[in-house]
Amino acid sequence: MSDNNAGKTYPAFEYEVGREKIREYANAVGETSPVFHDSEAAKTAGFGNVVAPPMFCVVYSAGAMGPAILDPELGINLMMMVHGSQEFEWDEPVVAGDTVTTTAKLKDIYDKNGMKFYVFESESKNQDGKLTVKGTWTNIVRGG
Amino acid sequence: MSAQTETKLTVTPDKYIPHRYAGASGDFNPIHIDPEFARNVGLPGNILHGLWSMAQVARAAEEAGGGDPRALKRLSVQFRGMGAPEKEIVVTTTVSEADGSRTKLDIVAEQDGNQIIRNAQAVLESS
Repeated sequence: MSDNNAGKTYPAFEYEVGREKIREYANAVGETSPVFHDSEAAKTAGFGNVVAPPMFCVVYSAGAMGPAILDPELGINLMMMVHGSQEFEWDEPVVAGDTVTTTAKLKDIYDKNGMKFYVFESESKNQDGKLTVKGTWTNIVRGG
Repeated sequence: MSAQTETKLTVTPDKYIPHRYAGASGDFNPIHIDPEFARNVGLPGNILHGLWSMAQVARAAEEAGGGDPRALKRLSVQFRGMGAPEKEIVVTTTVSEADGSRTKLDIVAEQDGNQIIRNAQAVLESS
């Protein structure tokens, strides 16, 4: 595969954040603070509703990232792929009832030590157009 | 490093954590939930989701920030090795820089003496 796909962008994905999904996620990762589970506790802490733990961003970003990683034009061999590194920068908190729209972009492709690195960027905004998170997802393909 | 700047979070994921995380995240890759499939592709058994392990690192950073999720502004990690269910994970957080309202943390997650997440760096900001 040629590297001229760098810069390619993927369709926006809209995700409606549900309270029970936040609770399910919080329970699965061990986030026990009441602000992630109880509306009143969240409101007392200054949130509009039950707030999502920061890493919940992987849930609402998944619908944008999946098609990027599976893009047939990139031809990533999933059997040889590992998730090498990950970075998130958070801004506006996400609460139950928000609608978050995520766009994904292939930022860079490069070879190093006989492996191919695919660096994707995601940007998520809420219904008010405020940035909630920026993600940098680096996937490594052995023998890429 | 002094005891005041280093904190530890320990967590032992039970046998069904990967299944619960699969449901919560939508990542049903069989290497995480099917031990037989995992062994057939050369793994010792089903392995933890890397992003579940990253969530434990995030939890450690949030605790270091006093529990307010708004304090966590940035987290970067490198995934190394593979995490397994039913074995204790120790997440060690060290303050690398504290400048007014901004704190930088270095974090590592270990299991069985192997680093499963290394070179993790977090930025906290108190409002």
